[in-house]
Amino acid sequence: MNRFVVPLAIFAALIALLGVGLTLNPREVPSPLIGKPAPHFELPQLHETAKTFTEKDMLGKVWVLNVWASWCVSCREEHPVLLDLAASGAVPLYGLNYKDKREDGLAWLKGMGDPYRLSIYDFDGKVGIDYGVYGVPETYVIDKLGVIRYKRIGPLTPQIVKEKVLPLVQELGRA
Amino acid sequence: MLRSLAFLLLAATFSWALAKDAAPAAVDPALEQRVMTLASELRCLVCQNQTIADSNAPLAEDLRNQVREKMRQGSSDSEILAYMVARYGDFVLYRPPFKLTTVLLWFGPLLLLAGGFLVLVRRVLRRRPEQDLEMNASERKRAAELLAGNEAERR
Repeated sequence: MNRFVVPLAIFAALIALLGVGLTLNPREVPSPLIGKPAPHFELPQLHETAKTFTEKDMLGKVWVLNVWASWCVSCREEHPVLLDLAASGAVPLYGLNYKDKREDGLAWLKGMGDPYRLSIYDFDGKVGIDYGVYGVPETYVIDKLGVIRYKRIGPLTPQIVKEKVLPLVQELGRA
Repeated sequence: MLRSLAFLLLAATFSWALAKDAAPAAVDPALEQRVMTLASELRCLVCQNQTIADSNAPLAEDLRNQVREKMRQGSSDSEILAYMVARYGDFVLYRPPFKLTTVLLWFGPLLLLAGGFLVLVRRVLRRRPEQDLEMNASERKRAAELLAGNEAERR
């Protein structure tokens, strides 16, 4: 009887370890940018390329930056969630159009609705690299001091907005 | 006057077009070698079991270009690695750094090996006295009888 206890315990521990491993998503690499100032950018706006937008314009405000592209399939799934978030007026939402053709990006917003106050246009993906983007869509919550407080890799869902994004935005807004 | 102006304009656009095309191509083999060596140290985040040297993902291509550009600007390999880690975390490094959070990663396999060896040694040592192969007189006799019986049966 006793000789089975140790192997059984080891087996159970292994099963538990592998079980937890199965529920984790290897695509979600913890970003080193959380708690760090948002990397600097100054990019043309998608609608009016003559105007630029920089993260410095948002100092003093809590805001959300969403990385999207017209070629991105999950963005389609995420889009209604963004429209809802924008309609709620809880937080200013800005878009970063990532490695897209400008006309495709504009057509996307025209066809599906534009949730963003404005979108910036990152044609060559350089700003994307600075923000550690690798799985569009990605979403960043940036606080009043311009520090990244949260990053979501992959589409936002109503649940994530309700349980993570909105409470964080409220908390940061009070600070 | 007009002709020379047109020529200048043409020349300008031509060199611009050339410059644009030349950027990603392998102009300098030594540099390219250096880019690929460093790129094979970096993990592609889109296809996670490939290096950015192996991967054809657009992001891998962008990161290779970024490495090349940084090298042209005179960055050292370690500076470029630090640049990548600052953006994508330790995960981009195919050889994870040695620190407190990675101790288990580095020593885990060794620990398992040592544990297995320990169990093996203990088992072997414990088993030896149990398997006493010496026979006493009565066992010898019985063995002889059995062997003799066998012989008889075979005949």
